[in-house]
Amino acid sequence: MDSSRLSDYAVFGVLLLAGFAFVAAAMAANRVLRPSAPSAAKGENYECGVDPDPGAGHVGRDWAQVQIRYYVYAFLFVLFAVEAVFLFPWATVFREFGAPAAAEMGLFVGVLALGLAYAWRKGVLRWR
Amino acid sequence: MALEIAVKAVAVLAAFLVLPLVVGQTEHKLMAHMQGRLGPMHAGRFHGWAQLIADGVKFAQKEDLVPDAADKPVFKLAPAVALVPYLLVILFIPLGPGDLVGSGLDMGLFIVIALVGIGVLAVLMAGWSSANKYTLLGALRGAAQLMAYELPLVLAAASVAVAAGTLSLTGIVEAWNPWWLLWQAPAMFVFFTAGLAEIRRPPFDAPIADSELVFGYLTEYAGLRFALLLLAEYVGIVVIAALTAVLFLGGWKGPGPESLGWLWTLLKTGALAAVVIWLRVAWPRLRVDQIQALCWKGLVPIALAQLVLTTAVALAI
Repeated sequence: MDSSRLSDYAVFGVLLLAGFAFVAAAMAANRVLRPSAPSAAKGENYECGVDPDPGAGHVGRDWAQVQIRYYVYAFLFVLFAVEAVFLFPWATVFREFGAPAAAEMGLFVGVLALGLAYAWRKGVLRWR
Repeated sequence: MALEIAVKAVAVLAAFLVLPLVVGQTEHKLMAHMQGRLGPMHAGRFHGWAQLIADGVKFAQKEDLVPDAADKPVFKLAPAVALVPYLLVILFIPLGPGDLVGSGLDMGLFIVIALVGIGVLAVLMAGWSSANKYTLLGALRGAAQLMAYELPLVLAAASVAVAAGTLSLTGIVEAWNPWWLLWQAPAMFVFFTAGLAEIRRPPFDAPIADSELVFGYLTEYAGLRFALLLLAEYVGIVVIAALTAVLFLGGWKGPGPESLGWLWTLLKTGALAAVVIWLRVAWPRLRVDQIQALCWKGLVPIALAQLVLTTAVALAI
C-alpha cells in the first residue's frame, strides 16, 4: 500500500534548499541594512556581563571545564534509541503476524524495561 | 508536477512565516492579560498587533556581532540548523483530507520524529561555539534534556503508529476515532510533555534559565541571528501543537463538512499552542535533576506501559 510519490520526495528537497535560502536571504538583507562599527570591546565575550579577562574581573578565562553528570543518561538513551528504530517498522506490519509478533516485541521491550529497572535500582537515576 | 511542488513549498513557507508570529503575538497578549498587564499596545495602533513586525524590522537593522573567541562557522550556522528542521516538519503535517498535505510520504511519522531530534545539534552548536561558560552549561543541560525526552516522545508516537497500523500522518488521522481520546490519553500526555521539553519551553527551560545562566546557550547571540533562534522556538510551538493535534486529537476530524476540516486542524493546533503559553505563565522552572527524574521515572515507564496496552488492544480488535 505504498502511496508515496516522487513529488513527495522532491518537495522535501526543494523545501530543504528553500529553508537555507531563507536564512541566507535574511542575513543578506541584514548586511545591507545594518551598521558595521567593530571594536575590540564588541568582540569580547559578553559572558555574564563581567569582563572575562582574568586581569580585570577575575572570573577566569572564557573557556572552562565543567563536570558532566549527564553521560549516564546518554548511555541509557543509546540503549532505547536502538529499540525505537525497530519499533516503527514493526508497528506497521505486526497485525499480519498476530500474537507471535507482539510477543516477540514484548520480549524485546521487556528486556529494555528490565535494564531501566536495574539502573533505577542501582541508583543511577539519583542526582549526585 | 513542478507547479505542484512549487505551490506546496510556498504554502509551507508561508505557514512557517505566519503561524509562529500569530503564536508569538498571542503569547504577548495572553501572558500579559494572565498577569494583569496589557502587553504591547502601540505598534499598529489596534492593541499592538504589529509589535512582532516592528521587532523584526528592528532586528534586521542590528549590527552582526560575533565574539572574537567564538568558533565562527559553527556559531553562524547554528540558527539555520535550529530553524530548518522545523520548517521541514510542517511539510508533513496534514491540514485536511486528501491532498491538503505538503508531502504524504508513508514514513511521515518517522521522518517527523527524526527532524525534531535535530534540535539537540543546534543547541550544542550554539552553546559550545560561543566560548562562554554559561552557554556551555546551558548547552549541556539542553543536550541531556533533549536526548532524555526524545525517548518518551518516540515511544508515545510509536504507540499511535501501532494503534493506526501506519506511519503516514494522513493515514493516522484517517484511522483515528474519538475512542482514542481515552485509549491513547497517557500517550498524549507523554507526547505533549516531552514535546514541551524538546522545544525547551517553560517549565522545561533550564537550558536557558535566565536567572542562573544569563541566557543559557543563547547568551552570546545578538541581532538577526538571535531573532532567528527565537523564531525557531515559536515554530517549535506550532510544530509540537500541530503534531499533538494530528496524532492524538484527530486532526481535521470534527463536526461539519469535511471540506472545512482544515479549520479543525488549525483550531486544535491553536488551542494546544494556547496551553503551551498558559504553562509558561502558570509553572515555575524545573531543576535539572527534576527534569531528568520526571523523564526516566515518570514518562518513560508510562510510555512503555501505554505501548503494551496499545498492542494488546490492537490485537484484540
